[in-house]
Amino acid sequence: MSQVPADRRYAKSHEWARLLPDGSVEIGITDHAQHALGDLVFVEVPEPGRVLAAGDACAVVESVKAASDVYSPIAGTVLESNADLGASPELVNQDCYGRGWLMRLQPAASTALDALLGPAAYSAQLAAEGG
Amino acid sequence: MGRKTPLHGQHVALGARMVDFGGWDMPVNYGSQIEEHHRVRRAAGLFDVSHMCVIDVRGRDSRGFLRRLLANDVDKLQAPGKALYSCMLNAEGGVIDDLIVYLVKEEWFRVVVNAGTRDGDLLWIRARAREQLAHLEIIERVDLAMLAVQGPEARAKVVELLEPVDREAALALQPFSGRFCGEWFVARTGYTGEDGFEIMLPLEEISAAWLALLAAGAAPCGLGARDTLRLEAGMNLYGNDMDASRHPLESGLAWTVAFEPADRDFIGREALERVRAAGGAAQKLVGLVLEDRGVLRSHQKVVVPGVGEGEVTSGTFSPTLERSIALARVPKATGASVQVDIRGKLLTARVVKPPFVRRGRVLIVI
Repeated sequence: MSQVPADRRYAKSHEWARLLPDGSVEIGITDHAQHALGDLVFVEVPEPGRVLAAGDACAVVESVKAASDVYSPIAGTVLESNADLGASPELVNQDCYGRGWLMRLQPAASTALDALLGPAAYSAQLAAEGG
Repeated sequence: MGRKTPLHGQHVALGARMVDFGGWDMPVNYGSQIEEHHRVRRAAGLFDVSHMCVIDVRGRDSRGFLRRLLANDVDKLQAPGKALYSCMLNAEGGVIDDLIVYLVKEEWFRVVVNAGTRDGDLLWIRARAREQLAHLEIIERVDLAMLAVQGPEARAKVVELLEPVDREAALALQPFSGRFCGEWFVARTGYTGEDGFEIMLPLEEISAAWLALLAAGAAPCGLGARDTLRLEAGMNLYGNDMDASRHPLESGLAWTVAFEPADRDFIGREALERVRAAGGAAQKLVGLVLEDRGVLRSHQKVVVPGVGEGEVTSGTFSPTLERSIALARVPKATGASVQVDIRGKLLTARVVKPPFVRRGRVLIVI
């Protein structure tokens, strides 16, 4: 069973978003997504300052098998990307909700996360997808 | 739902991620594809390759038939057990399939073809047999399954499963040869660049053999590791690196075409002779090592400044080299370096001669 922590919200396309105390939002991919992708060998993250709309392709995660786009779950401006992933893309496999985060955004609106799925709804989606 | 091998339940029980491959429901990995890859390079890995198709060609005319059917010359096979890699071509010289043919004994050849091409191959082979009115039988061995056990420790693990009387002879097998050990046909062949055996055995015996090899410490490996291993070993994958629209001379397979003796009239020969008469193939298949960060993938565009363009035919991240590598079809005049278009960015790749890795050793300069 995929892990779905209760402290964050989820996009249908298998990204997570977590509100940090300073009002910024951390973004990553879910346990289900990292497992489906397999061993990651390359991660391309966006440059700070890039302005993203919700649903924009903002990062690329490549496993041995294939390259997959990551879509920004919310609108906002990139504040920082996870520099550790350059040398250690496997952090996404090992700790997708922690050290394998992809980027931090300044959300365009404080209500940005409201449109996303809660943990229960995302778990239900996974169950419906058979995963 | 795809076709299932007799080990399907074993794969599911091991938690394999299953995918469709050539119409078969096959394991792509059992957890970590990279870990499986390393186990083969360093110890021993176990692959279910029962989706591949075993065809026996038997009868008085079997040798003459295969000398016409295949681009390589089965007359190179004189001693029982010897194996030969060959392409099977259409009249235009395009590759219908690549295969391994064994001489089991005189008037009995065994051909192993790819899963995705099996039905078309059988139709083609049977049609050619009818044309030649040959005295032979074409037998699809649906009663057999197939395992590959690969890696420096692989052969030692396999012989433990054999009758004592067969062990020494199995260990004495030279590369690219095989023999019967009881009902098992054991051959020192593979698709990983490592030492090891491929075993064709009765369907009903494969589960016990699979479990015994797992118990002996061979790691179950899926198609994902099989692909990174074969690409490191510089081996072509049918459908990626060549197909019916490409001939061997532009697919890195000229070494598999036996133009001598000149009077052997194999299917596709005329077309290949025309290519040779015109000065050879306009394109060639080369190895690439990406100098920049990123991953080469099939169908990415290759730009050769001042020369022309080409295409990546197979690309991946090499777990052994920890770099991205590829096979690519490029213009003949391509030199030491090319650019590859990865999502709109042109990255630099170095041109190298495959294989990249063989028998655990890196063969190119990184």
